[in-house]
Amino acid sequence: MTDTPETKPLDSTRDKPFEPVMIGFTCNWCSYRAADMAGISRMKYAPNVRLIRLMCSGRLDPTFVFKAFAGGADAVLVSGCHPGDCHYATQNYKAMRRFHLMQRVLAQMGIEPARLKLLWASAAEGQIFANEITKFVEEVRALGPLNWNTKPNAVEVPAEIPVEEVQA
Amino acid sequence: MSKPKFAMYWAASCGGCEIAVLNIHEKILDVDAAFDVVFWPVAMDAKYKDVEAMPDDSITLCLWNGGIRNDENEHMAHLLRKKAQILVAFGSCACEGCIPGLANFSSTQDMIDTAFSTITTDNPDNIRPQASYAMPEGIITIPTINPILKTLDQVVDVDYYMPGCPPESHQIAAVIDLVIAALNGKAQLPPKGATIGAGNSTVCDECPRKRNVKAIKEFNRIQLMAADPELCLLEQGIPCNGPATRSGCNARCPSAGAQCIGCYGPAEGVVDYGARLIAAFASVIDSDKPDEIDKILDGLVDPAGQFYRFNLAGSLLRASKAAQTPKIG
Repeated sequence: MTDTPETKPLDSTRDKPFEPVMIGFTCNWCSYRAADMAGISRMKYAPNVRLIRLMCSGRLDPTFVFKAFAGGADAVLVSGCHPGDCHYATQNYKAMRRFHLMQRVLAQMGIEPARLKLLWASAAEGQIFANEITKFVEEVRALGPLNWNTKPNAVEVPAEIPVEEVQA
Repeated sequence: MSKPKFAMYWAASCGGCEIAVLNIHEKILDVDAAFDVVFWPVAMDAKYKDVEAMPDDSITLCLWNGGIRNDENEHMAHLLRKKAQILVAFGSCACEGCIPGLANFSSTQDMIDTAFSTITTDNPDNIRPQASYAMPEGIITIPTINPILKTLDQVVDVDYYMPGCPPESHQIAAVIDLVIAALNGKAQLPPKGATIGAGNSTVCDECPRKRNVKAIKEFNRIQLMAADPELCLLEQGIPCNGPATRSGCNARCPSAGAQCIGCYGPAEGVVDYGARLIAAFASVIDSDKPDEIDKILDGLVDPAGQFYRFNLAGSLLRASKAAQTPKIG
């Protein structure tokens, strides 16, 4: 696809304080259920991470992570079942090895390794999941925007995150 | 009836693609018989204004090799797109950036410094190229460099992709036969956007080496060991890019005892070449312990260079952060 000529860095539309845009990949069996647990227990945590559910953290193709960064994400979270607890036996170890290798490649590309986080969370660990996300958001906020700018037609991210508090 | 017209142009490239075309030997006579060569800077004299004077769509087939490094390349890409009916991204540079695209790891400043003031360069006054320079006769200009090298399809619409560094001669010959047959109404051209002159699978599929699905405890460098001549190189810990690389070369390097370095680019369906290799390499590592995984990965000296040797400009991330913040001093 040919680039369109107009250049618009992702952050130029933001005059508000920096809110990190983050993508989180969860597995169907543990970490997504941890997020679910955090939700139904009405725990409060930072709304910056957009979760995408995969069947398994081993399904995480590194392409997803690079696409997220290239498309304007400030950070990416990869989460799955604790080591030894994978629904598919050993696939979360595969995710772990990919994570280590990805961090090295991202560092060479000038993306701080801290922008990619690996988090194990069981279905019961809603509180841990919520706390870790809040911590991660603050870490990324301290790093500042990534402003990946190799594509003039990068995806526009809405300046304001559309979240609202719903009464239970 | 006048013959269909043929053009070939080079941008940021080494000239190897031109040699590869001549390497089709006597088949070049078929090219001459079937086509009028109207523009081919390496083989004949022609000026840009001659191309500008041609009617639009008057060139039937234009093979473009090289990446888009400066504004001259970009101008010629737009010009030849307008003049050619079929524009082929020919060779790895045009398709995915190739070796010139590795400059996308560095800032423009570092790239210029490397070219003009390292120890191997005889440049005592530290002279740098200037985009324009006032001479007594008037101002002379040279093309200005883009901070990020782009692939051809990041600049103009491309009809076909022909990978390889350079494309194998038997593949070039086959493509030329196909185009000539299509012009005579005896064959049909593939759909627009197709990759031609290559296979649809991976180098591993063509590789004669034996695979035992064995995981590894360390990465090795091929020059530091005596590699088994029969066994899969990756299973011996040698970083081989075969699993993500498009077939079409008959697995030349692994057959000859060297690892695949990935010059045929991403295999069919691979969005990001390096990402696919990360997945493949991580899968052969035999460890579940973070510390041990890190130790094994230390054996991969330059992972980004290994995974994006030919593909950096064509990858999802395209260029490092350093290259995106250009400063020329």
